[in-house]
Amino acid sequence: MHRVSIFVTCLVDQVFPRVGLAMTEVLERAGCQVEFREAQTCCGQPAFNSGFQDDARHVARHFLDVFKGAEYIVVPSGSCASMISHHYADLFEGHHESRVWEFSQFLTDVLKIDDVGARLDRVVTYHDSCHSLRELGIRDAPRRLLSNVRDLRLVEMDAAQECCGFGGTFSVKFPEISGAMARTKIDSMLRTGADTVVSIDSSCLMQLQGALSRAGSNLRTMHLAEVLACR
Amino acid sequence: MPLTQIQKALDDPRLQKAVYSATGRLADGRRKTVADLPEYQKLRQHAHDIKQHTLEHLDTYLEELERSVIARGGKVIWANTAAEACDFVTNLARDRGVKLVVKSKSMTTEEIHLNHHLERHGIDAVETDLGEYIIQLSGETPYHIIAPALHKTREQVAEVLHAAPNATPEALTAIARATLRKKFLDAGIGITGANFLVADSGAIVLVENEGNARLSSSAPRIHIAISGIEKVIPRAQDLAVFLKLLARSATGQALSVYTSFLSGPRRPGETDGPEEFCLVLLDHGRTSVLADREKRQSLYCIRCGACLNHCPVYRKIGGYSYPWVYSGPIGKILTPQFAETLEKEGADLHASWLPFASSLCGACGEVCPVKIEIPKILLELRQESPKKREEKLAMRLFSWIMRHPRVYEQFRWVRKMRKLPSAGPLKAWLSERDLPELPARSFREEWKRRK
Repeated sequence: MHRVSIFVTCLVDQVFPRVGLAMTEVLERAGCQVEFREAQTCCGQPAFNSGFQDDARHVARHFLDVFKGAEYIVVPSGSCASMISHHYADLFEGHHESRVWEFSQFLTDVLKIDDVGARLDRVVTYHDSCHSLRELGIRDAPRRLLSNVRDLRLVEMDAAQECCGFGGTFSVKFPEISGAMARTKIDSMLRTGADTVVSIDSSCLMQLQGALSRAGSNLRTMHLAEVLACR
Repeated sequence: MPLTQIQKALDDPRLQKAVYSATGRLADGRRKTVADLPEYQKLRQHAHDIKQHTLEHLDTYLEELERSVIARGGKVIWANTAAEACDFVTNLARDRGVKLVVKSKSMTTEEIHLNHHLERHGIDAVETDLGEYIIQLSGETPYHIIAPALHKTREQVAEVLHAAPNATPEALTAIARATLRKKFLDAGIGITGANFLVADSGAIVLVENEGNARLSSSAPRIHIAISGIEKVIPRAQDLAVFLKLLARSATGQALSVYTSFLSGPRRPGETDGPEEFCLVLLDHGRTSVLADREKRQSLYCIRCGACLNHCPVYRKIGGYSYPWVYSGPIGKILTPQFAETLEKEGADLHASWLPFASSLCGACGEVCPVKIEIPKILLELRQESPKKREEKLAMRLFSWIMRHPRVYEQFRWVRKMRKLPSAGPLKAWLSERDLPELPARSFREEWKRRK
């Protein structure tokens, strides 16, 4: 049995707790023993990406203290997972982090599970979040998991690998550009005829959901964990 | 930040469509030709390594290049500043009694505003690349590193060329060609840039599709190539790496239509080529970029434009929202690093916003044929950028809260607020998007109940 320590991220903790709950459910069903360390907060990415290395380093130090001794750290976000596994090395010289796994990657690469036994009657299109795709190289894992969900039909959009426009503080520093990027992405999603867009990052989904709602669209957003928890 | 320019681009549906589809076509072309090259990733690394090596030994290779060019009968002119480069050209034109100059597309000459300079000295400079010619006639600057008139519709081009609005692309090209042919024959000087400068042979390599660079460098009596010092590569065989990458990354061609290797002026017994050849090696701030070990890789750029075509921000705000001639992701990292040089020349450059105007999606770094780590450099520039006091305080507060879980948990009171105050970042968010409904309980609260 795998002992898994989950890092739910500040966004999921405060805004999308259902994603954390769904992830826990899927991991437990897959036979993992899940723990949640309550002193966890954020990975520090907002400070790091804004050019505040020192402030980011303090938060990263807190993260490392909280997760001391954890064997597997599973994260429902490619962006936060990449912050820890790739960019902590920029903050602490010689630091090497191999314990952190993005959720879908953990299922397929560590647990070797492609089919979690989920069922959902939806037409789904998958949005590649940038850091999952380009920093962690995750492309197939979520698609494989989705294609094994009963009653679910996966349709590819032409702009699957284009950014949704979120980009952390970018979304509020340059709202006009960010919003325009989201609308381009949404156009691509709508062309597929899908009723749901799925991603492995809640931040992208918050951006897309916010723009979809503003556009009056009834296309829904779901985190992969939520899809995989459906039976 | 040129908000009005950005807003203008965003509010122009015709422009949005034109830029998105033109860059999309270039990106598709790249994807297809790169897929035919099994060794593509190895070549990128190889190209990166050659550039790294060359720039680490730039002094040696530049001196070798100078010797090679001189040995082949050419002249080498070292220009520290834009003014020095421009002055050389105008002085030579005056000495040789030249009133007409033909130019082939060159970002380096855009960078030093050569055309303005020539005009002020009463010398007629004619751009001969079709896109660049259209831009010159319109009184504009290049919209894109390799496709200067990317934003123009066929109708707009017809208007500029005084053609019928429904003229075909072939007819429009024929009009430009008829005018330009005569210019090639009448010009006393031809000016080109350079894609590569080969140190061991002294060859200037020009990559193009229209044949105008070849004509500019061979028809007039004098050929001047103006190039940044970073374009030097050690050996001719290094071209086997770069030429495989350049056209594929730029236009999706396996090789461009014309690849010219020019080594010096016409020698006795030869029937063509210019009588005089001058190579202007331009610094213009490059050595100060070189001084920074981390960010010097910005100088590896071979100007393919792939990062522009793949950039979701460039594809929205277009080429005119950027403050300098280099737009897109490469412009975002080059401009702040050249800012000091440009400001000394009196340019009123607002470059500090550039590194922040990125979602850090990483598409640029992924397609760069010489593996410049553009996102990493953006982050470094963000770190170096002077910050406002309130932002510093906000980040310090953020960092402190995130280290104190008990304080962090108090966010629940924000979640319970019936209406959030629409100000600052929240206001910016709401200007484009709705907020998600906030949950009654956080994950940690749910977790406690679950147990």
